[in-house]
Amino acid sequence: MSERLFRIWRGTAAGGSFVEYRVDVDPGMVVLDVLHRIQARLANDLAIRWNCKAGKCGSCSMEINGRPRLACMTRMNQFGGAEMIAVQPMKTFPVVKDLVTDVSWNYEQNRRIPPFRPKPRPADGQYRMRQVDVDRVQEFRKCIECFLCQDVCHVLRDQSRKDAFVGPRLMIRLASLEMHPLDTEDRVPALREEFGSGLCNITRCCTEVCPEQIQITDNGIIPLKERVVDRYFDPLLGLVRKVFRRK
Amino acid sequence: MLDVSEIQTFEHDVLVIGAGGAGLRAAIECSNRGMNTGLMCKSLLGKAHTVMAEGGVAAALGNVDRRDNWKVHFRDTMRGGKFLNQWRMAELHAREAPDRVRELEEWGAVFDRTTEGLISQRNFGGHRYPRLAHVGDRTGLEMIRTLQDQAVLKGFGIYMECTALQLLLGGRQIAGVLGYWRESGRFVLFRARAVVLATGGGGRAWRITSNSWEYTGDGYAMAYEAGAQLMDMEFTQFHPTGMVWPPSVRGILVTEGVRGDGGVLLNSKRERFMFRYIPEKFSVETAASEEEANRWLKGDKTARRPPELLTRDVVARAITQEVNEGRGSPHGGVFLDIASRLPAETIRRKLPSMYHQFKELAEVDITREPMEVGPTLHYFMGGARVDSDTQMTTVPGLFAAGEAAAGMHGANRLGGNSLSDLLVFGRLSGIGAAQYVRGLGHVPRVEEDAVRAAVRRATEVLNRDTGTNPYAVHEDLQGVMGRYVGIVRAEGDLKIALVELERLKADAARVRAPGASQYNAAWHEALDLRALLVTAEAVTRAALVRQESRGAHTRVDYPGERQEWQNMNVIVRRGKDGRMETEVERRQEPPKTLAAIAYATIEDLEANRV
Repeated sequence: MSERLFRIWRGTAAGGSFVEYRVDVDPGMVVLDVLHRIQARLANDLAIRWNCKAGKCGSCSMEINGRPRLACMTRMNQFGGAEMIAVQPMKTFPVVKDLVTDVSWNYEQNRRIPPFRPKPRPADGQYRMRQVDVDRVQEFRKCIECFLCQDVCHVLRDQSRKDAFVGPRLMIRLASLEMHPLDTEDRVPALREEFGSGLCNITRCCTEVCPEQIQITDNGIIPLKERVVDRYFDPLLGLVRKVFRRK
Repeated sequence: MLDVSEIQTFEHDVLVIGAGGAGLRAAIECSNRGMNTGLMCKSLLGKAHTVMAEGGVAAALGNVDRRDNWKVHFRDTMRGGKFLNQWRMAELHAREAPDRVRELEEWGAVFDRTTEGLISQRNFGGHRYPRLAHVGDRTGLEMIRTLQDQAVLKGFGIYMECTALQLLLGGRQIAGVLGYWRESGRFVLFRARAVVLATGGGGRAWRITSNSWEYTGDGYAMAYEAGAQLMDMEFTQFHPTGMVWPPSVRGILVTEGVRGDGGVLLNSKRERFMFRYIPEKFSVETAASEEEANRWLKGDKTARRPPELLTRDVVARAITQEVNEGRGSPHGGVFLDIASRLPAETIRRKLPSMYHQFKELAEVDITREPMEVGPTLHYFMGGARVDSDTQMTTVPGLFAAGEAAAGMHGANRLGGNSLSDLLVFGRLSGIGAAQYVRGLGHVPRVEEDAVRAAVRRATEVLNRDTGTNPYAVHEDLQGVMGRYVGIVRAEGDLKIALVELERLKADAARVRAPGASQYNAAWHEALDLRALLVTAEAVTRAALVRQESRGAHTRVDYPGERQEWQNMNVIVRRGKDGRMETEVERRQEPPKTLAAIAYATIEDLEANRV
């Protein structure tokens, strides 16, 4: 057991500041364990959003020493012995209190996405898909909606363009629908016009912070951008697609 | 005096509490049936405990083994539940699960495929055939996301981070729910003609549990306080394989899929000890040697199943005994080995989140070394007593589904039967609630005095100058339940637990949460304590009454199943004096056709002679 120094941002939308806490840390602990200990002993009303404590639900997103992370999957032993640990809420979203932010904007964006529209079932009632064809969307469907990718996205974080771009999480959701073998909906026009696919400039910061290691940029966003380019900027292919309505 | 009309108020035909699999499915069904539907949940949408389900959803699709059908699934479920399941519920579940899985596919779920392109199915404990439709080891996430998308599409009212405090009655009928917004701390009143409890279980009363923070038994306590009967509360399932090290992750689930895919349990002497723990009832269907178990795994249909895939109660007890007799692993568990059974690449593909979880949290590479595992409190078979067809509790207008309800799983639940339970009974509870609302003559009015009393009770916690620390009381409770109401129980221990619970109730009554009500974790913790204590007491009292060992309920002082107890359910309810009381109730005779299926030999079932 060793004592560690934590600096935790405490406050509300009206303002706040870092508060220091000294706390004992046991072997094997993750940052969320330490926050819980601080909550139980030193700051009973500390607001933390968390659920599963196993990296499966994506609730405990925050910025730890400047890096967007899940507190439940950040082990204490990766920090140097004397290193102070600073914890603050995600910057891209409005603070509710302490480490909890208002992420409702993401849910609002999700509602705008044209839903899954499956082709009719074949006569025997059984949909058939090959594993290799579903592998691609299964990668996107691993997303636990922690919104860390939204938090680091330059378009949302630095340029504050929530009005123009839905962000990496929703691009991945769009990709999971667009590349679904059974889906028949066409979301390419909306990708360009409503969801702002052109605004992503492929810095791959989102991919770097994804706790599920989804290749957000390379496997999701870039192929979607290519679909937009093919449709709008390649007239011959565009015509062919119009005629054959291929996705 | 508080003016109730000043509380923010919403009106719905049906209000569903809880947005896990059961709640989402219930709300979707109500919405489909034209109900003005509301759904409230303690967390953000998509974070409920369902998200943690790993192995799969059990449904007799017969895609991998054509011999499978609903009757075999039903028989497996009854045998797993030690014949204490409500027969009709187990029947409905087995019959309807395949349609519910196909429906998810239609809503966008992407299950793993067989080589023919159909939904693949994996082996699991207690299931005769490969039966669990799955997505790697993150089936729960796939299910909750699919249902969440469907819910968003329906467009009904969803109240996130909104906790239910108390059910409100008008006369004897349900009339609404009082809750509070976690974010602002403000109270909110839902006027509703029917309420569906889909609040999950109460594992947080124990320290070593796979359950997330939400699992504080809210539904059990609210139903109980509204006058509903609870049933089978003594049956709390300890999942045999939770993580045991490091201490901070103790209890986190290790999916049964590891064993389904060939993982074996070893003690410190590297013995595959499960061969020594095969119950007589299962011996004819379980492999007698490692050689036979290995042949079964390779698909030899003449071989019998490995003993690691016996039901969870059997495996959990076996592990406990190995540890108690000094053959445990360094951190007090046993070894679960998949590394020597499958190539590293296959392990990473079939069990990606297990690989990830051990790598990140325990610095163990499961493709190279065995995991250390031990029992963890996982699931409540008991809950609100419901009608098998409508899912209505004993309070008119109050429905329950999923882990909040009793009956489907009897004395022990099979892995994979929970996700299918959520879908089947989520839907049926939605149908039940919609029918009830349509048949309702007059609309019951919320009794305002009850609202005022509930608000006062909740705010007292904030207004105290001194008091106990809610986190400390909770930790104390977890210690008591772990020590005295664990995996193996005895009358003496249970009686001590009841005395301890009285002490804890007194502590909880003096609990204090400093600060304002806005996103105040201490206040939330303090409010959850009430439900945790009702839940803990219900389990303890029921466990004291059942004088036998059956399924997940093990009494050292009453070993073995007793025939007379197979015909009995233990009912828990609030007595006239306000104290908790129990009653032993005789079960109805099973329908002859169902009994014939449940007790048939597997040969007769496969040959369609039953």
